[in-house]
Amino acid sequence: MSVAPGFYLVLAGLMFAIGVVGVLVRRNAIVIFMFVELMLNAVNLIFVTFARQQGTVDGQVLVFFVLVVAAAEVVVGLGIISLIFRYRVSSNVDEINLLKR
Amino acid sequence: MNDLVLAAEGASADHTALAPLIIALPLASAFFLMLFGKRIDRLAGVIASGAIGGAFLASIITFGSVVAAGHEAAESHRFFDWITVGDFSVGFDLLVDQLSAVMLLVVTGVGTLIHVYSIGYMHGDARYSRFFAYLNLFVAFMLILVLAENLLLLFVGWEGVGLCSYLLIGFWFEKPSAADAAKKAFIVNRVGDFSFLLGIFLLVATVGSLSMVAINAEAGAMSAGVATAIALLLFGGATGKSAQIPLYVWLPDAMAGPTPVSALIHAATMVTAGVYMVARLSPVFEASGEVALLVVGVVGAATALWAAVMASFEYDIKKVLAYSTISQLGYMFLAQGAHAYSAGIFHLVTHAFFKALMFLGAGAVMHALAGEVDMRKMGGLRKAMPITGTTFLMGCLAISGIIPFAGFFSKDALLAAAWADGRYVLWAVGVLTAFLTAFYMFRLYFRVFEGPLKVPEGVHVHDVPPTMAAALIPLGILSVVGGVINLPGVLTLEHFLEPVVGEAQVPEGAIAWVLGGLAFVAGALGIALARAVYLSRASSLRRRKAYSRAPGLVDAARDKFYIDRIYGYGIVAPGKALSSYLANVFDPRYVDGIVTGTGRLVARASENLRGIQTGYVRNYALVFLSGAVVILVIQLVRVGL
Amino acid sequence: MEDLPVLDLVIFAPLAGILLLAFIPKERLDALRYVTLGVTLVTFVISLGVLGQFDPSAQEQFQLGSSLQWIPEWGIGYITGIDGVSLWMVMLTTFLMPLGVLASWSVTKRAKPYFIFFLALETGLLGVFVALDMFLFYLFWEASLVPMYFLIGMWGYGRRIYAAMKFFLFTLVGSLLMLVAIVYLYFQAPGGPTFSYVELLDTPLTLDVQRLLFLGFFASFAVKVPLVPLHTWLPDAHTEAPTAGSVLLAGVLLKLGAYGLIRFAIPLFPDAARDLAPIIVGLSIVGIIYGALIATMQRDLKRLVAYSSVAHLGFVTLGIFVGSVQGMSGGILQMVSHGLSSGALFMLVGALYDRRHSRQIADFGGLAKTVPVFAGIFLLVALSSLGLPGLSGFVGEFLILLGTFFTYRWWVVPAAFGVVLAAIYLLWSYQRVFHGEVTNEANRSLPDLNPRELAMLAPIVALIVFIGVYPKPFLERIEPSAQRVVDTFNRSTVRPETASVQGGGK
Repeated sequence: MSVAPGFYLVLAGLMFAIGVVGVLVRRNAIVIFMFVELMLNAVNLIFVTFARQQGTVDGQVLVFFVLVVAAAEVVVGLGIISLIFRYRVSSNVDEINLLKR
Repeated sequence: MNDLVLAAEGASADHTALAPLIIALPLASAFFLMLFGKRIDRLAGVIASGAIGGAFLASIITFGSVVAAGHEAAESHRFFDWITVGDFSVGFDLLVDQLSAVMLLVVTGVGTLIHVYSIGYMHGDARYSRFFAYLNLFVAFMLILVLAENLLLLFVGWEGVGLCSYLLIGFWFEKPSAADAAKKAFIVNRVGDFSFLLGIFLLVATVGSLSMVAINAEAGAMSAGVATAIALLLFGGATGKSAQIPLYVWLPDAMAGPTPVSALIHAATMVTAGVYMVARLSPVFEASGEVALLVVGVVGAATALWAAVMASFEYDIKKVLAYSTISQLGYMFLAQGAHAYSAGIFHLVTHAFFKALMFLGAGAVMHALAGEVDMRKMGGLRKAMPITGTTFLMGCLAISGIIPFAGFFSKDALLAAAWADGRYVLWAVGVLTAFLTAFYMFRLYFRVFEGPLKVPEGVHVHDVPPTMAAALIPLGILSVVGGVINLPGVLTLEHFLEPVVGEAQVPEGAIAWVLGGLAFVAGALGIALARAVYLSRASSLRRRKAYSRAPGLVDAARDKFYIDRIYGYGIVAPGKALSSYLANVFDPRYVDGIVTGTGRLVARASENLRGIQTGYVRNYALVFLSGAVVILVIQLVRVGL
Repeated sequence: MEDLPVLDLVIFAPLAGILLLAFIPKERLDALRYVTLGVTLVTFVISLGVLGQFDPSAQEQFQLGSSLQWIPEWGIGYITGIDGVSLWMVMLTTFLMPLGVLASWSVTKRAKPYFIFFLALETGLLGVFVALDMFLFYLFWEASLVPMYFLIGMWGYGRRIYAAMKFFLFTLVGSLLMLVAIVYLYFQAPGGPTFSYVELLDTPLTLDVQRLLFLGFFASFAVKVPLVPLHTWLPDAHTEAPTAGSVLLAGVLLKLGAYGLIRFAIPLFPDAARDLAPIIVGLSIVGIIYGALIATMQRDLKRLVAYSSVAHLGFVTLGIFVGSVQGMSGGILQMVSHGLSSGALFMLVGALYDRRHSRQIADFGGLAKTVPVFAGIFLLVALSSLGLPGLSGFVGEFLILLGTFFTYRWWVVPAAFGVVLAAIYLLWSYQRVFHGEVTNEANRSLPDLNPRELAMLAPIVALIVFIGVYPKPFLERIEPSAQRVVDTFNRSTVRPETASVQGGGK
C-alpha cells in the first residue's frame, strides 16, 4: 500500500530545485522568502521519509526543530522586510544596498 | 616629640629650636601674600619686611647661642622624614653650626635691608604684592639651602632659589628680554644641576647617606679618584648657580629683573650658594688630592679675570655690576682652591655688603633717571643725589681693596692664601684682577657720579626716599667697617669657622705685609688709571687713542667676545635643528610611517578583494549552491559512484 | 563595617551609576552631569575606605580582595585584591574621575551616552587594577578600551575617527598577543589549567618559553605605556580626545601598561624580564630623550603634553626595570605624579581651548597678564612636571635616577639629561604662551579660571605639593610591594654571575 520512498525523495528534490532557482532568479524579497521556505520544507519531507523508512522518530523530531526555527525566522525576516518596505517603498533586494556605500 | 629628642640630647644648647621658625616666617608670609596680596595692597611690603625682620632677629639669637656654645656648636635635628626607600633615607634635617649661623645672618640681614628698600623702589608697580611674595619665597628657600643638613634638602633650596630667580628675573615678563633672561637663567642652571645631581648619586653610592656630617666624616676614607669625581660633579653645579666659566652667561642677562632682585639674589645670596656648598663639603674637596681643588682654583681665577675684562667694556651700569659679581665670585673660588675656605666665606660676607650696596645704589640712579642704565647718558650725579653718591663711593672703595674698607681685608686674605699655598700664578691673576676691578668700578663711578651734571632729557633728578636710604646707609657703613669681623687679633671669622672648614694656611711675618701692600697698590693704580681715562680733561682724547690702537679687541669685548653667539650657533641651533628634524620628519615619516604603511597595505589589499562582494543575495546563493554541488560530487566520487 | 567588601563596591559603584543614568532623560543635561559627578564622588569616598583599611605592614601580598567561583570548569574565578601598587592606581583613578566630570562641562551634545561611557570606563580601569585572575584581568583590560574608543571617536576634535581607530588598533594588536600568552600559560599551570594569578606565579618555564610569553605580554603593555617606538598613537589620541578623555588617557590609561609590567610581566616571567631588561632600559632612556626633543618643537599644546608623557613614562619603565627598590618605588610614585601633573596640564589646555578654540602656541602670548591665576597654576604644574624639588615630580624622578645609578651606573647620565630637556620644552612653551605683551586682540578679554575650574584644579595642586613635601604615606605603602617585585626580579638565575655562584654552592 505504501508508496516507495524513492517518490518522496524525487518530490523533495524537485521542491528543493524549484526553491533554489526561485531564490536565484527572483528579486522581490517576499518571494525569495517563500522560496526559502519551500527549500526548508523539501528538507523536512526528506527527514520524514527517512524517519518512516528507518522506523525511528529522530527525523521527525528534527522536523519540529526546523519548523520552529523557520517560524522564528519568518517573524524576524518579515519584520525587517516590512520595515525596509516602509522606508524605501520597494521590496526589491537589489535596491537594498545601504551597507555597500 | 621634638622636646623629647632635644631632652635626650642633654645639656647642649638647642640652636636648632629656632631654625624652623626662621624658615617658616618668610615662607608663611609668601603664601599669605600670594593668596591675599591683592587685597592688602600697600601693606604687602610691610608684612614681607616684618617677616624677614623676624627671621633676622631669630637668626641673631641663634648666632648668639652658637657663639656661646664655642667650638662644639654644631647641632642637627630631623623634623620629619622626607624620602625613605630601602636603605636610602633623607628627611627635613636642619643643621646649625658656625658656618650656617654666619650665612643666616647675611641672608636675613641683607635680605631685610633689601626688603625695606623695595618698599620704596617698587612703589606703584602693578604687581607690588606679588613681588614681595616672590622675594619672601626666595629668602625661605635660601634659608633652607644654608640650614640643610643633607645634600638633597640643600638641593631643594638650591632649585627653589633658582625658581624664585626665574620668577623675579621674569617679573616684568611683558618685556621679551626679561622673559628670555628668566628662561635662560633657569635652563643654564639646570645644566649645572644635572652635574650636581650626578654628584649626589655618586655620593649616595659611595657614602650611603646624604647627611653632611656623614659625608664629611667619611670623606677621608674615599679613594682620591671617587672624591675627585664627586667634587668635580658638585662643582659643576656650582658653576651654574655661582655663574662661573662656562655657565656664567645667564647672570648678565638676569639684570633684566628689578634691581632689588639683582642685589639680593644676583649679588648677596643666591649666587654665593656654590661657594657655601664648597665650604660645607670641604672635606670631600680635600680628599680629592689636589686635582679638584686645582680645577676650582683655576676656574675661579679665570672667571675672575675674564669677567673683569668684560666689565671694563660694558656701558650698562647693572651689567658692569653683574660682571663684577661674577669676577668676585671667581675670587672666592680661587681662595677655596687654595684650601682657604674661610677666606672664601669672608669675602662672601663683605661682598654681600658692598655689592648689594652698589646694586641698590644703581637702582636708586635708575629710579631717579626713569630707568636709564646707560652710563654714557649720566654724569655728576653725586651732587644731586648725595646719599646715593656717597654710599656708592664707599662700595667702590671697598671692592677696590682700599684700606681700611671691608674689601681690602677679605681680598688680602684670599690672595695671601693663594700665595701661601704656592699657587703663584693664580695669585698673580688675582692681583691683576684687583687692578682691573678698581679700574672698572671707578670708571663707573666717575662717569655716573663725578664731572659735570648730565641726565637724560626731561628727567627731574631726586635723591632716594627714606625707605631706600634706610637700606643704603647701613650697607654703606658695613662696607666701611665690615672688615673688622676678621681683623687679626680682634674678631676672627676664620677662627670662628675653623670647626667647620678647618684651618687655613696664612703667610707669616713680613711677606704678609708685602702681599697686603701689593694688593692695595694694584687697587690704587686701577683707580688712578680710571681717573686718568675718564675724569681728567684729556680723557676723551686718550680713550679715542686707545681705541684706535686695537679696535678689533674693543669691539670683540663689547660683543662679550662672541660667547653668546658661540653658544647660540654651537649648542642651541644644532639642538633645535635636531629636535625639529625628529618632530617634523623622523617621527611622522619613519616611526609613524611603518604603522600607517601597514595600515595602507591592508587597506589596498581589501580594496582589491571587495570586488568579490557584490552585495546581491542571489550571487551569494549561487556560490552556496555551487559549493554544495562540489561537495556532493566529491562525496559521490569518494563513495565510488 | 569591617566585613564590607569595599574593594568590590568601588569597582561596581560606577556600574550602578550607569543604571541610574539610564533613567534620566537625555535632555536634562544638568541632572546627567550632577548625577555622574555624584557617582564618581561616592566612588572616591568608598575608595578612601579602601585606603583606610589597607594595612601597609600586612604580611600577605594582597589585601581586601574577594575570591569567588565563576566558571570553575575552566578555572576562571572572580578573584580581586590589592597591594601597594594597585592601591595607588585605584586611588588615582577614583580621584581623577570626578575632576574629569568637571572637565566635561563643555560636553553638551549627546551627553547621556558620554557620561555612560565615562562611568563604564571607570569600572573597566578599576577592574584592571584589582583583578587577580588572568581571565578577569583580560576582560577588564579590553572593557576599558571600548569606552575610550567611543569617547575619542564621538566627542573628540578634528581627526577624531582616525585617532580613535589608531588607538584601538594599536592596543588591540598588543592585547591579542597577550591573549595568546595568557592561554598558553593557562595550560602550563602547575596545579592543572587555571587563570588564577597567584597559582600561575609558580609556573615552571624554560627561558626560551618565558621570553616568548614575556614578549606577548610586553607587546600589550609597551603599547599602552607607550614605549618608543610604539608611541605614535599617543599624540593623535591625546590631541583629538575631548579634555576629560585626554586627562584620563594620560592620567590612568597609560598607567595600565606600566602596572601590567609590574604586576604580570615581571613576576610571571622573572628570568625573561631580567634577560631583556637592558634592552627595555635602553628603550626607556631613548624615550626620555626622544620624547623631550620632539616635545620641544611642537606647535600644539596638547601634542606637547603628549610627547612629554612619552618622556615621563620613559622614566617610569626605566625605574621598573633597573632592578632596585628605589627605582621601582620611584617608578610607581612617578606614575601617580605624572597622572596628576599631566592630567592637570590637559585640563588647563582644555580650559584654554574652551575660551579661545585654539591650542596653537602661536595664537597666544602675554596671557600671564590677562589670566594670572591660570598662569600661576599652569606654572606650578609645569614645574612639578619638570621635576622641581618640593613638588611631586621630583621625588619620583630622583628615586628612579638613584635606582638607575645603583644598578646601571653611568646609564643615568643620558636619563638625567632628560630633566634638563624637560625644563627647556616646558619653560619655552610657557614663555611663548604666557610671557611678553598680549599680541592677539582676542586674548585681551579672556576670563580667568571660574569656580568650577578652580574646583577641579585645586585638589590636584594640593596633592602635587603634598607629595612633594611629604611623600612618606605614599612611599611606605608602595615600598613593601615594590620590594617584592624587585626580589622576584633579582632572584632570577639568569644573571651569569648569580648562576655560577649558585652552581658553586652545590
